[in-house]
Amino acid sequence: MTLLLAAEMTETEVWVANSFFLVIALVSIGAALKMVTTKNVVHAALYLLIVLSGVAAVYVILGAEFAAATQVLVYIGAILVLLLFGVMLTRAKIGADTDLDYEQKWIGGLVAAAMGAVMGYSLWEAFSDVKLPDDRLVQRTDAVADSIFSTYIVPFEALSVLLLAALIGAVVVARRD
Amino acid sequence: MWLNQFLFFAAILFCIGVYGVLTRKNGVLVLMSIELILNAVNINLVAFGAYNQDIAGQVFALFIIAVAAAEVGVGLAIVLLIYRNRRSINVAEADLLKG
Repeated sequence: MTLLLAAEMTETEVWVANSFFLVIALVSIGAALKMVTTKNVVHAALYLLIVLSGVAAVYVILGAEFAAATQVLVYIGAILVLLLFGVMLTRAKIGADTDLDYEQKWIGGLVAAAMGAVMGYSLWEAFSDVKLPDDRLVQRTDAVADSIFSTYIVPFEALSVLLLAALIGAVVVARRD
Repeated sequence: MWLNQFLFFAAILFCIGVYGVLTRKNGVLVLMSIELILNAVNINLVAFGAYNQDIAGQVFALFIIAVAAAEVGVGLAIVLLIYRNRRSINVAEADLLKG
């Protein structure tokens, strides 16, 4: 069985993919910035939805279709709803809340900017001339399944135990007694 | 397509997530920012998987999604417990360990 389905990408297709990527990246980054600055907790969750959808779209551009589907199902379908439940159960203020941020925001900004500078510099040094292969790869879902249940069976089982432990732990921690 | 365009996108999302974790007081918003960080890492994994033509990147992205689901479940349970005990999810107020 072939691991990857290769199909040569034409010049136009690469251009279209790049344009889509640019739009998605800009929208996602804008939504992420709004998410960490907005005064409304529910709006933050909705901005997070935009970012998560953008990341799913980037997975599709990279040919990882199963990861994109899982992103939509698990992140948007489950985690976001869980976070909204958290907002609801902690009785967040309806509308704008003035007490969401620390006063010294510039320290956080400084740390984030320093990290961005270091990462940007090292990425530019290491990968500035690296291109993705031109024969566009779609990573097939059956190959993913084969890989998970043969090569990565031990991490998969460990993950199953972790999920069970998290399930029991969450119930124990949040239980009223 | 360059590899770097994906890596820089991920790096920017990561830094925004770090900013959110450091500046937000609301526990739920901190958890949301952590999700942002985990997503940035996932983009890196999938991008390197596409670059190496290897399925492992996508597989580990899936593992991270599952770990993130477990993390947010336990995290929200803790936030709910803090809310029940203190009537507030302001993480700045939960400073009993401070001397």
